[in-house]
Amino acid sequence: MITLTLKEQPNVPLEAEMLSPDVMAALTNDEIRALPVYLGKRRRRLDDFFSVEGEKSDELAIHGDVVKVKWIGRGMTRGRITVASSVGMHLGAHMKGGSIDVSGNAADWAGAEMSGGVIRIRGNAGGQVGAAYRGSLSGMTDGTILIDGTAGLEVGMRMKRGIIAVGGLVRDFAGLQMKGGTLVLRSGAELRTGAWMVRGTIISLKPIKLLPTFSYASTYNPTFLRLYGRHLGALGFTLPYEDGDGAYQRYSGDACVPGKGEILVWKPPAT
Amino acid sequence: MLRITGGRVYDPANGVDGVVKDVCIADGRIVPQVEGGRTIDATGLIVFPGGVDIHTHVAGAALNFARGLTPENMRRGLPFVHTKDLRAGLGGVTPTTFATGYLYAGMGWTTVNEAAVPILSARHTHEELHDTPIVDKSCLVLMANNEIVLDLLEAGEVERATHVVGWLIWAAKAYGVKAVNPGGVAAWKWGKDAKVLSGPIEGYSSLTPAAIIAGLAKIVDDLKLPHPLHLHCNNLGTPGNVSTTLETLKILEGHRAHLAHLQFHAYGGNDWGTIRSEAAVLAEYFNTHPNLTTDAGAMLFGDTVTITADGPLEHLLHQLSGRKWGNVDVENETGCGIVPHTYKPSKLVNAVQWAVGLELLLLINDPWRVFLTTDHPNGACFWRYPEIIRLLMDAEFRKEQIKALPPETLNRTALADIDRQYTLSEIAIISAAGPARALGLSQKGHLGVGADADVALYEEHPDSGILFEYPRYVIKGGDVVVEEGQLRNVSNGRQFLVHPAFDDQIEAYLRPLFQKVYTMSFDNYPVEIERLQEPDIKPCA
Repeated sequence: MITLTLKEQPNVPLEAEMLSPDVMAALTNDEIRALPVYLGKRRRRLDDFFSVEGEKSDELAIHGDVVKVKWIGRGMTRGRITVASSVGMHLGAHMKGGSIDVSGNAADWAGAEMSGGVIRIRGNAGGQVGAAYRGSLSGMTDGTILIDGTAGLEVGMRMKRGIIAVGGLVRDFAGLQMKGGTLVLRSGAELRTGAWMVRGTIISLKPIKLLPTFSYASTYNPTFLRLYGRHLGALGFTLPYEDGDGAYQRYSGDACVPGKGEILVWKPPAT
Repeated sequence: MLRITGGRVYDPANGVDGVVKDVCIADGRIVPQVEGGRTIDATGLIVFPGGVDIHTHVAGAALNFARGLTPENMRRGLPFVHTKDLRAGLGGVTPTTFATGYLYAGMGWTTVNEAAVPILSARHTHEELHDTPIVDKSCLVLMANNEIVLDLLEAGEVERATHVVGWLIWAAKAYGVKAVNPGGVAAWKWGKDAKVLSGPIEGYSSLTPAAIIAGLAKIVDDLKLPHPLHLHCNNLGTPGNVSTTLETLKILEGHRAHLAHLQFHAYGGNDWGTIRSEAAVLAEYFNTHPNLTTDAGAMLFGDTVTITADGPLEHLLHQLSGRKWGNVDVENETGCGIVPHTYKPSKLVNAVQWAVGLELLLLINDPWRVFLTTDHPNGACFWRYPEIIRLLMDAEFRKEQIKALPPETLNRTALADIDRQYTLSEIAIISAAGPARALGLSQKGHLGVGADADVALYEEHPDSGILFEYPRYVIKGGDVVVEEGQLRNVSNGRQFLVHPAFDDQIEAYLRPLFQKVYTMSFDNYPVEIERLQEPDIKPCA
């Protein structure tokens, strides 16, 4: 276990993509302290901002308020990062494997363009979770992102595969231009959910306002939800899928693309 | 003063083919002898004249639009970190200005010709060329859809059109005339294209693309420009377009002309399903018509972005690929389209395109008339030229590559049957000596006495792709810019332009037209010569 504790709050965001198990796993304590971080355009040492305990481990524990620290876990392929507070932007962007657990909130672009691994955010997330960076053809291509709290704009924008599950309310444009994968909204979302979606599934457990380009198809209980429900249940995120748990109304769209996506809106059992 | 000693020199313009001899440099030029000064021991190195790119897109409004439209490409670009000598920048598909200079020089290329500049954005282009270090530059202005020129050609006023073209070249501080899809971009403003050379253009009563091609070829000859009409034919990139290209070549008989990126104009077949190579037909025509030169516009597999003044083509490409599309209307002069594109070896159409570029380079017998380009960034990026050189120099490697393509490629192209391998001397011709001669730049592309001291020294290597990737030394205008493979000394490049003879009274004709239709005032239109970095005016004779 390597424990990093923030000792000085940077005055501008700190770019610290070396906060990753892949970088630190083989390094001694001295080498870790000397790793470069960028404060604006200036190159500094990691131990200018963090005290470092431990060495040669693929488990990282980050303490202190790192809300201004960007790119934690960027491109990581293995190991585990736990963060005791809130984190800055681009958490786990391009991540390929391993897991990240954040006790607080995460800023925008968490899990952007990730292709594997698990990100768990126990607070709220910003916008563009698991999204494609501007101009890219696709966002996350695999992996799982779980958010207990709310999330911001453009969650899952252009995602291609993988699961994003959000406990709280999600803002506008969830699943924008989605190409595949699954977006689970336990508390629903605000406006224009699934706009331009080509493929993929958005599951909402609350009634949501739908675009006119989504058309009602049927009410049913999709078989795949049993599998997804068990998978998410194991991660502590429950979905109603058992017999007697109600049914799902399926809306297909977005017809203005035209798309083959679907939005499943849960209808609780009649009492 | 500098002496390069012990290297094998390839200087085809002066009949030197792999001879070990000294190259002496003083005051930025090649001289017969020097006394004293620095000596570079080039033992085990080959000595080439600095490369000349006759057709590339490295500066201007369209390129800048492409940079902005494709942040995903910029993110993947090779970063140049700011140092004492180098400015920061990004490489990639559409490198930033400073990076463009570093990448060209870092490959041994020292002269580039920006091939498509609307006069309205010439000032912007010159600002970017100003910030493109090391290499010498020239640019060509777009003329084949300029409404003032087209109106004059339709009215049969060729003489006045000649004066207008001359004035416009000087206003843009350009080196020559480019024609893109003659009439097609003007028609695009009506949502149409000009696909038939003998048919009237949308928006005109009698003017045809054929008349524009013939008219501009004559005007360029009459103005005695050092570089002939630089032509991007109609129907670029569409199956069966070889018939249009051949028809264009017949119109050009009796004139000098340079056909740009011929790869995109050499397809047979009736549709995308039946597309095939017709490179052999075009090569045969070229072999018997010495009035023509061409550049390959070769294509390599991978991601790139297509940028052209050919607006209707880009719309077609956007419809075919579904990728994002940018379109620009340049008032009365031209248009522009931008679509990112990925050439895939698994796609038969792309496999045919890849083969056509190489076939043209291999089947046109005279290397002095076919040049190494990729129509950067349309077919591939310029920094991938070494990959093409390897494909040309190594027939075995080429045949291995064909095996990875869809088997149907073999029926659609003749590439697998071609055994020709380029020699180092021929590479020096298609990459430096030939394009310099076609551009009319007598001090470029060779190492004879009096030539500009632009020299690239490469380490001999059995794999020609690796050989040409990283020169050990590059000397530009006598300055050693690359030393031991590192970019050390960043100099500024010159800019070539022409001042053709035209009647000054033509301004009296142009001014009222401008005030009626342009958004810019007439007096602000011409680019001031002071904006150019080290301007070098070449004679028209």
